[in-house]
Amino acid sequence: MRKTQKKTLITYAIVIIAYIILEIFMKAGMMSSHLKGLLVPMVYYAIAAVALNLCVGILGELSLGHAGFMCVGAFSSAIVSQLLSGAIPDALRFILALIIGVVISALFGMLIGIPVLRLNGDYLAIVTLAFGEIIKNILNSIYLGVDSAGVHLSLKSQMALGLADDGKVLINGAMGITGTPQDSNFTIAIVVLLISLFIVQNMIDSRDGRAIMSIRDNRIASESVGINITKYKMTGFVVSAAIAGAAGVLFSHNIATMQATSQYFGYNVSIMILVYVVLGGIGNIRGSVIAACILYLLPELLRGLNKYRMLIYSIVLIVMMIINWSPALRDKRDKLRKKLMKGAGHGAA
Amino acid sequence: MLSFLNYFVSGLSLGSIYAIIALGYTMVYGIAKMLNFAHGDFIMIGCYMIFTIVSTMGLPPVAGIIVAVIVCTILGVTTEKVAYKPLRGASSPLAVLITAIGVSYLLENAALLIFGADTKSFTSVISWSGITLAGGQLKIQGVTIVTIAVSLLILVFLQLFVHKTREGQAMLAVSQDRGAATLMGINVNKTISITFAIGSALAAIAGALLCSAYPSLTPYTGAMPGIKAFVAAVLGGIGSIPGAMIGGLVLGIIEILSRTYISSQLSDAIVFSILIIVLLVKPTGILGKNIQEKV
Repeated sequence: MRKTQKKTLITYAIVIIAYIILEIFMKAGMMSSHLKGLLVPMVYYAIAAVALNLCVGILGELSLGHAGFMCVGAFSSAIVSQLLSGAIPDALRFILALIIGVVISALFGMLIGIPVLRLNGDYLAIVTLAFGEIIKNILNSIYLGVDSAGVHLSLKSQMALGLADDGKVLINGAMGITGTPQDSNFTIAIVVLLISLFIVQNMIDSRDGRAIMSIRDNRIASESVGINITKYKMTGFVVSAAIAGAAGVLFSHNIATMQATSQYFGYNVSIMILVYVVLGGIGNIRGSVIAACILYLLPELLRGLNKYRMLIYSIVLIVMMIINWSPALRDKRDKLRKKLMKGAGHGAA
Repeated sequence: MLSFLNYFVSGLSLGSIYAIIALGYTMVYGIAKMLNFAHGDFIMIGCYMIFTIVSTMGLPPVAGIIVAVIVCTILGVTTEKVAYKPLRGASSPLAVLITAIGVSYLLENAALLIFGADTKSFTSVISWSGITLAGGQLKIQGVTIVTIAVSLLILVFLQLFVHKTREGQAMLAVSQDRGAATLMGINVNKTISITFAIGSALAAIAGALLCSAYPSLTPYTGAMPGIKAFVAAVLGGIGSIPGAMIGGLVLGIIEILSRTYISSQLSDAIVFSILIIVLLVKPTGILGKNIQEKV
């Protein structure tokens, strides 16, 4: 078995074992309802972290708009679920909502990618941040309804929609979406996580993945050996956006009332996901899952820590970045490692 | 027509504030080649300093502004030394950007713990009530006039500083080619420190003006203006001092006019759409230069 395959299988095994243990706890009634409520959010933030790690760690571009892609996935899938509610079986409806949510997020990813991926530098970070804010603003100010006559859209108020008696309000401006069927549960969330991991891991190990990583390591060198920079960057970014959309689908089907507020979809959420990625290790997919789960659960379990949580995270973030990336510290570490290796070699001889 | 003029003037005022913030952004970006994500939070720290000095301790506003400028300058230089300098020359350009986001997060949450989450009502540092034109129909507030004047003064000062002093010349050299500048005997570390000092001092002044015009202060006050000022810097051409000024003014006017005539909820979306359009049409901005990358 190849080394990468082995690593990937261990990741799946960790997720499945964690799932089984938590399920046993739940079935045995050893889990408080508060903790039960945290399980699905924990998994969708892990999925979002995997998506962002694909963008930051593998593609080498920073996105601060992953909460925006989650928002797109959440709203589009919630609309699909509401429209199809009662018309088709629940399981089929959720699968359809998931697919549509993912596809629409991917489309938005492409839309954002076209202007930005041609440029290098910090533009992607700021444009994705802008995109997230645009989506949030637009969703907060539109009213969308449907009745027998068709779809109604307004920017003013719910009354301005002019719905017939059989009409249904889908997006109620800043009030958001109410009454999305509660289709996601822990098992479904874990399945989506496993699928996301499968997609990302296979992508990294494929020819495309190697091309993407070569662009990250040296753009000019990879361009000169004939790698199509824009195409591969776009592939990576769109897949990342699509997976973040899947996290959004789980989000919207787990919450009764959803608004496009900054608490749920602001750039602060994107930064929180970035904290999971950095603390789990940039480019380390398994690390992202573990970091997201631990960092999500820890402050919820230790309520007293909650006040200082963000302060601690930010300090840890800065310290981790400096320790891991500072050229001076890297040199020192390499020297130390060489010394230790030498010492170990002598000991063996 | 007169109401349009009124809105236009308040757009100019908001734009001048964006311009002052954008000047700091654009200088740091041009010289240190990094996006200082925490720049907006320096503004917030400056505002809290003024608030503490003026409203809590009852000292005159001038004292507040001086303390805010000093604190922000020290904060900016220290941040650069502690958090950004070790990452200079890191193999990934993301490292310093993520660290800057961490600093931004740290400042916001530290302010949250120290000053609390409640909105503080900020007393304007300018007591002049302003002038009335056209028989009382066109009223221009004192803070508006001061803001526009201060931003113009800063622009002139910065242009003179960059083009006439040795330190300014050193900045230009470092922004063009850091390696060559080092070889010519320019102290790159000192130059970057000066840049951060100026940028952060400007952030404190921008904060005083921002909170005088929009007197509600929370730990997140600086974040959005900071991001919008970056949009302004990109619009004007990142790295260009007059560009930041033009970008800031244009952005402020667009924001106020779209808030008035289109939709108050969509104004942010419109402002951010401008960024995407600029990057599509002219990624170098209005006054930016196209720099070819050498291998």
